[in-house]
Order: sequence, then C-alpha cells, then structure tokens
Amino acid sequence: MSQTSEILLSGTGGQGLILAGQILAEAVVRDGKNTVQTQSYGPEARGGASKTEIIISDDEIDYPKVTRPDVLLVMSQEALNRFAGLLDENGILIVDSTYIREIPAIKAKVYKIPYSKIAKETLGKEMVANIVALGSLSAISGAVTKESLLLALMSRIPRGTEALNQKALEIGWKSASQFAA
Amino acid sequence: MAETAALARLMQGNEAIAEGALAAGARFFAGYPITPSTEIAEILAKKLPVLGGKFIQMEDEISSMAAVIGASLAGLKSLTATSGPGFSLKQENLGFAIMTEIPCVVVNVQRCGPSTGIPTATAQGDVMQARWGTHGDHPVIALTPASVQESYTLTVQAFNLSERFRTPVILLSEEVIGHCRERVVLPDISELKIIDRKKPPAGLARYNPYEPGADGVPPMANFCDGYRYHVTGLTHDESGGPTTDAEKAERLIKRLNNKVMDHLDEITMTESWMTEDAEIIVIAYGATSRSAKRAVKMAREVGIKAGLFRLITIWPFPVKEVTALCRQAHTIIFPELNLGQLIGEVERAARNETNVVGVNRVTGEMITPDEILNKIKSQVKVEQHAE
Repeated sequence: MSQTSEILLSGTGGQGLILAGQILAEAVVRDGKNTVQTQSYGPEARGGASKTEIIISDDEIDYPKVTRPDVLLVMSQEALNRFAGLLDENGILIVDSTYIREIPAIKAKVYKIPYSKIAKETLGKEMVANIVALGSLSAISGAVTKESLLLALMSRIPRGTEALNQKALEIGWKSASQFAA
Repeated sequence: MAETAALARLMQGNEAIAEGALAAGARFFAGYPITPSTEIAEILAKKLPVLGGKFIQMEDEISSMAAVIGASLAGLKSLTATSGPGFSLKQENLGFAIMTEIPCVVVNVQRCGPSTGIPTATAQGDVMQARWGTHGDHPVIALTPASVQESYTLTVQAFNLSERFRTPVILLSEEVIGHCRERVVLPDISELKIIDRKKPPAGLARYNPYEPGADGVPPMANFCDGYRYHVTGLTHDESGGPTTDAEKAERLIKRLNNKVMDHLDEITMTESWMTEDAEIIVIAYGATSRSAKRAVKMAREVGIKAGLFRLITIWPFPVKEVTALCRQAHTIIFPELNLGQLIGEVERAARNETNVVGVNRVTGEMITPDEILNKIKSQVKVEQHAE
C-alpha cells in the first residue's frame, strides 16, 4: 500500500512560506520519494494571503493539490481560520503563536510555537522565521530526514546566509521537542 | 535504481520548458516577461548566452514574435514565452510565421482571463485562441503538458514538429503546471530525438523557397546560406513572390493545411487509461487530466466502469480517436478549466449520438477530482433510469 501525506503551509505574503515549501519538496526528492509542490499567492510582493501545498508519496501523484492535509502549518490568524477545517482529525496543526491567539477547537494535535519571536530574539532576524518553522515542522511530522533538509536548504538560499539559515533550522528542529503538544 | 535516484531532481514546470528548449537546440529567445511565464525568460536570459545563444527582451510582445521569426529565418531554433494578454498580441505575427512557413515555438502559460484577469491564477481559457486567434484558414499544432516532466519532453517535441513541418508550434501550459515543482528524471540529451529543418542542396541554379517536397514541406534555406529569396505574408507562389492568381492561392492554402493534416500519425499524441471496458469515458487535457485521473480511480473503486483518455496534442484535434471513444462509451465527460471550449470538438465527433457532458470552472483554481466524480456518478444514474 502506498503512503501519501499532504502538507499545507499558509501565512502572509513575505513570510517565506513558499520558499519553505520548495525546500521541503527538494528534501523529499533527496530522500528518494515522489513529490509535487504547488503555490498560490497574490500579485503583491508582501502582504495578502500566501499558501503552498506539498504532497509526498511513494507512488505517482495525480491531482497535485492538497485536499485533506495531514500537517497544517499556519503563520497568520487569517490562514488558520481559513484552513483549520480541512485538517484530518489525526492530523497535526502547527501555529506560529507569535501572531496567532485564537485556536479553534479541533481534534488534531496542536503545536503552538512562537517561530517569529524565536527568530527575532535568538537569531536577530524575524526574516528566518520560515526556516525555524520548516525545521520544526520536519521534526514534528517526520516528513523528511534532517540530512536531506539541510542539503535542500543550502541549495536554495542566497550565498552568505548559510550560517544564519543552518542555525535557524537547528533551533526549529529542537523547538519541536521543547514545545511538545 | 541508485543511478536513477541520482538524476532525480526537483524542477519547476517553467524551468523544464527552458531546459527542454535548450536540449532541443534553441539558441534564440525574444520576449516580454509576463506572469506566469516569467521564469522561462529569466532562466534563458542566464543560460542562452553561455551556450552562444541570444536572449532579447523586446519592447512588447508584437516585436518579440517578429524577432523570433527573424532569428529562425537566420537559422536559429527560436522561441518566445508569454501568457494570455501577450498571446493576443502575438497573433498577427503568428499568422505571418504560419503563412511564411517559419518554424518557431510559442509558449503560452495560461492564466485566468479575459484581458489581464488574475495573473497568478490558472486557466485553460486560450484553447480556441490557440486554434483561431490568427485570421484565415491555417493549420495549428498545439501541445498541452500535464506535468513538469512532460513540460520538458513536449518542449523538445514542439521544436521537432516545428522544424519537421516548417510551422510554428504552440505549447499551451497552465499556471499550475508552470509554477508547480515536481520530482523529474530528465533523459540524457544524447538519448533525445532531435529534428532539424530540411535544407535545399547547395549550388542550385535556382532555389524556390516554397516548392514543396513530396511531404508538402519545402526545404528551407536559412538567410545567409547563399540563396536570395523573398518572404512575404501576401499569398505567394513557389518562388516566394506575391500572387493573386486564384489557383495558386488555393494550392498554397491547401498545402499549408495538408502538410499538417496528412501527417497526423507524427503529430497526434494521446494516452488511454482504463478505457478498454469503460462505459463512461472522461476526456481531458493539461492539468485537468490529473484531476480526471483521480476521479476515474475513485469511480473504479466504487465499481463504475470509467476510463480516462488524455489529449496531449489538442490541435489538430484527435478526431479519429475521439470518434472511436464516442462509439464505445454511452457518456463522454469533458472537464476543462473554462466555460466549455474544446468540448465543441468532442460534440462534433459525437454527432449527437453520444451523451457529452462538460465540467467547467472559471475560478482560477483547478477542477477538483470530486467535481468530476460527482458528474460521473450522475451519469450512471441517468443510465439506470433510462433502462
């Protein structure tokens, strides 16, 4: 029986979630599995709703969109309100608690981790909150191996930011156990 | 297995088109960047100069298409990439390239229209424009990729067909395919079949640029190969000079169409899945065929004899293949991301003898498998009532 998992990341344009989704998909390929990553965003460079969907499978992937996410990562209240209802009841909800205050009552397992605050206070740059969240999501869900994730990260970031991003990934990976649901 | 895994990579649909173009031997791109096709221009701007090719960002889409035609006449395999609004502007010169038989590839990564519409939203709204956007009776070859892998292979094929038949080929992608990233395993370039335009022999006393070979395709001398000839969008005879002679006009227009229609076996690409015993057949193209495949799988799981027939070449429309399906199935379901464009061709093939039902959407989002499955189920019920 083939295994398929669906992951949805959503927040505000400019938070870097589409890039995070691309890095995750790249890590999946490095792990030797099949994947499709799609995205939707508005015409603006910052602001507006932004969403990326990743499907991971051992098999062929036909419909490339997520219908029932196993993992939902949200970094804005608007995104949570919009997508929480789609989550599988055995699914995992991960919220950036820096900005999200109200979490609806759902059956899924909930992780509340202040990614933006962590990025700002421990790394001095809120900009890498996406990478903190990506490390965290990967550790929580087991979607990809840490080795592949790090290689994927290094291949898709601007030169000169390697150390900062690696640190962000490590902090995120650890945050998964520190903020256990 | 380990070797294959090493070649596997994550690639974006638009990136695959750029890579496919380079693999096919394209060495010239002119365009005016537009969402959601921009990555094709961005990538080729970086890669073409390294390979000795040329990249030009022109002042608009009209001049881009003109530059592509000029570059091809000078001997370079050439392409442009655009989306709906730009595709509209390219139509006049697209017609010129068809009439003057200049090979080139026009990529249209479709977005939600009409007009500037929703730039980042997907659609299949330019299907009829691809066929009839430029005026007059003319042949069109249009291919529709459904995946990133196929964006690569069909770009190579688009160049091959354009060189083979001396005519522009349209690659009709969609935002969702152009922007999605997927795992691909690209073939080794040495394994690809690459077709180059047929040239006239050197040293002819007189070269007639529009004197066809037995296959209806005239050998093409590149400018600067040593033959002097005239290229005009006016109706012309075999020498290339303009004519208003009725017989010559008819001969030219018929040959332009026949050189494509007489070689459908080289052009038509389709794919069948579970159609052998199917009573309800879903016919789809592009990204929508992926929703359709999931829907057919779900229908089979509940015991409905459904199948999928995927059109890869949409123009020329695969009339023969679709007619055969219409004879076999009691219902054809035709989902497309527009209000119903290519379905007209299916209805023509069905001749009112087969039930043809559309599933349509113009929200800028893909049609879901459930929408198609519900339509399949509704047609099963109709059948039972009828009995």
